[in-house]
Amino acid sequence: MSTGKKIWAYRRENGRVGIRNHVAILPVDDISNAACVAVANNIQGTLALPHAYGRLQFGADLDLHFRTMIGTGANPNVAACVVIGIEPGWTQKIVDGIAATGKPVAGFWIEGNGDIATVAAASRKAKEFVHYATEQVRVPCDLEELWIAAKCGESDTTTGLASCPTVGNMYDKLVPAGLYGCFGETSELTGAEHLAAARAATPEVRAKFMKTWQAYQDDVIEAHKTSDLSDSQPTKGNIAGGLTTIEEKALGNLEKIGKKISFIDVLEPAEAPARGPGLYFMDTSSAAAECCTLQAAAGYVLHIFPTGQGNVIGNPIMPVIKVTGNPRTVRLMSEHVDVDVSGVVRREMTIDQAGDALIDMIMRTANGRHTAAEALGHQEFVMTKLYRSA
Amino acid sequence: MTIPQLLVHDPKDNVGVVVVEGLEAGTDMLCVVTHDNSDFRLTAKAAVPIGHKVALRDLKAGDTVIKYGQDIGRIVADVGRGEHVHVHNLKTKRW
Repeated sequence: MSTGKKIWAYRRENGRVGIRNHVAILPVDDISNAACVAVANNIQGTLALPHAYGRLQFGADLDLHFRTMIGTGANPNVAACVVIGIEPGWTQKIVDGIAATGKPVAGFWIEGNGDIATVAAASRKAKEFVHYATEQVRVPCDLEELWIAAKCGESDTTTGLASCPTVGNMYDKLVPAGLYGCFGETSELTGAEHLAAARAATPEVRAKFMKTWQAYQDDVIEAHKTSDLSDSQPTKGNIAGGLTTIEEKALGNLEKIGKKISFIDVLEPAEAPARGPGLYFMDTSSAAAECCTLQAAAGYVLHIFPTGQGNVIGNPIMPVIKVTGNPRTVRLMSEHVDVDVSGVVRREMTIDQAGDALIDMIMRTANGRHTAAEALGHQEFVMTKLYRSA
Repeated sequence: MTIPQLLVHDPKDNVGVVVVEGLEAGTDMLCVVTHDNSDFRLTAKAAVPIGHKVALRDLKAGDTVIKYGQDIGRIVADVGRGEHVHVHNLKTKRW
């Protein structure tokens, strides 16, 4: 049942709805960062996305690299994309993947050309793409056509009392109307995994969730831990904010998925949801920049980030709306806060009212309002790597 | 409406969360259970920072701490009612 609410957004060639209009300059690999940054310096209105990886990866780790690169270029917040790599093979693979959306995309490679000729050719194409992008116009779209992801960070006890339930209330209202939602943070569900599993839509999804969660415990935590993780989960910031154990943190975290809805599938990192509208769980790190980068690569166009102690995270292509219920954080770090729900802990605001305030900010942000993270220049783009390169 | 100093998620919980800055030892706290909006009073035995937990009853080493109506770990050093509950007396059962 549609909410009937309309936003002004970009209708892309494949029908998806975007709320930003970037011309991305995407490096295939670390050694192509300099050329991408040079193109972005030459052509105003473009966005270079330098990152640390893309060489000698193999197997599932290489698959994830391609999925993240292609997904980033394919995201509806990107109007057009220039791809630059050291060699043509992997460059073309990423170009072809992005081209499936129907948007303008072109690839360039440095071997046999050098940085200077590559930058010159790529800059001409980037200029053409800027003209294309700036002629796109926003059109009325349904609010629930957005794909909205969530992840919390620098959490404290107010996260579970106010900001995470606010996100949950928004999902309870918008997911039944047709929204695509996403939560992740496999490690941070530890202590509440039984409650998360109970929110799976079917026994098959529940089994898939528990398999994913158990694999993380076995392959990552048990294989690599040198302590009881009490200094990492919860983090020093979490502990300063009053969170004591991973169980307590996880229970607050899980408030993000509301009370009424179930999740309909478990996604690999950066995997695009494919079972239609609904809430999805993605297997991600609980580190903010990695999780946001994976969710953006899966096609999510907007992110809601509940924070207690005051995380400052942003993403280059996906606006990140910060929500906090901690009055101290509102007082000390107001420039990072988009939605102040500290009225909830004062019992001056209900969770229902907080959810409505968040939906209002979602609509304003979708219409073009820059988030705190955008205004402050936060563009954390961090690829997830599964293991060492060959 | 009076602003509470302490919020409790669930009637089964044995800890609550301080939600005001500058709480002083000896404060007669208004405590609200968010699940049903019921309230009670409790005296803070220490200057517990905002976001940190207070024991709602005496807790002994080995006791399970309940928050959100769920198990969040075990007590490793005795805590009195109204005292601070944190990493010095509460540990995870995981990892």
